[in-house]
Amino acid sequence: MSGVIFTARDQAHKRLIEAIKNGKKLPLDLRGQIIYYCGPTKTPKGKIIGSCGPTTSSRMDEFTPALLKAGLAGMIGKGSRAKEVINAIKKYRAVYFLTYAGCGALLTKYVKKAKPIAYKDLGPEAIYKLEVKDFPLIVGIDTKGRGIYQMKPKFTER
Amino acid sequence: MKIISAGKIIKTVSDLCIQANTVLRKDVLESLKAAVKSEKNIRAKKLLAAIIENARVAKRQKLAICQDTGLLCIFVEIGQEVKIRGDLKSVINKGVELGYRRGFFRNSIIKDPLSRGKSGYLPAIMHIDLVKGNKLRLTVLPKGFGCENKTQLKMFNPTAKIAEIKKFIIDAVEIAGPDACPPYIVGVGIGGTADYAAFLAKKALLKKITHHTKLEKDLLKEINKLNIGPMGLGGKTTALALNLETYPTHIAGLPVAVNISCHALRSASAVL
Repeated sequence: MSGVIFTARDQAHKRLIEAIKNGKKLPLDLRGQIIYYCGPTKTPKGKIIGSCGPTTSSRMDEFTPALLKAGLAGMIGKGSRAKEVINAIKKYRAVYFLTYAGCGALLTKYVKKAKPIAYKDLGPEAIYKLEVKDFPLIVGIDTKGRGIYQMKPKFTER
Repeated sequence: MKIISAGKIIKTVSDLCIQANTVLRKDVLESLKAAVKSEKNIRAKKLLAAIIENARVAKRQKLAICQDTGLLCIFVEIGQEVKIRGDLKSVINKGVELGYRRGFFRNSIIKDPLSRGKSGYLPAIMHIDLVKGNKLRLTVLPKGFGCENKTQLKMFNPTAKIAEIKKFIIDAVEIAGPDACPPYIVGVGIGGTADYAAFLAKKALLKKITHHTKLEKDLLKEINKLNIGPMGLGGKTTALALNLETYPTHIAGLPVAVNISCHALRSASAVL
């Protein structure tokens, strides 16, 4: 895809959910947006962003239904999602994308602009606004809740 | 007696941190190249090719292979005739910080596991061993936590059958599934105490993945039958290798630990 995505991982998700629960204003309007589960390295001199691959999506599972309810349209990460997330994706017609896991260096190629816009005190866990071009994506779970991972019994023992 | 200065250790540790994080281990890269050839699944081939391309980009542009530059583990073997000028642990930490700053790596370490807080690069997890001789060997292993989070330990009965132990190891990989960035390198530790088995499983990851015992090969074969594949999207390359370390243990016990590494298995070593 080409366009704007926002990074957010564990601590940012925790804060966003707290804000929603307490009726506080969020640091960004989530409606129609895409979150990328990513905490990049520091940015080397002369580069737009450091290594920026996806982190494990399942750690954000407990926070995701509420964000989807708040209007989040899509997520990019790696790995499978819990049943509650799949149901929420179906209900709110969102999409879960995968990108190349463990390929943070390669993915820098597709990021044209990057800047932290919220929760800057979280360092790598801050919310970054990324402008991407031709960012490689695979549909992990579509709006109908159809998933690319075969659901084996062991996956649901989480 | 060999005297080694703090400055020498700081520079060496710093260089090792940069090397480990930017230059994929040669044996791992060779294994990925072989896997691309032998993989039948088209998507799996494509994903393996992306991983190999990622290693090329990282080396060329001096970028971290993965944004999770890990919690730095260091294995130190100090010869009994070596004298270090300085406090070894503090010197090692200085080297790690220097390397991580120079490399623009990630500050992924928080001081208090409960209250979390601001993140930095330290401390490193150190395993220090006293050996014969007059050399100082330093080996760094930046351990990413996506895979570290899939670690498992089981205290088997001493009468447990090998089939049960094999099942536990294979199940550990199946539970990790797509989440810890397959294809994996699986470290297994058997014996010792509970904590020593876990240490062995981690240390097993330092071993080259070029030669294996029959048991290691058998386990790898079973793991690859899981068909998890690269990124968990199918294929016969679920794991590149399994390294197993054993140690004497108690008559009442049989500890078995599994420490999984993602495909970005990073380590680098130097001898002073």
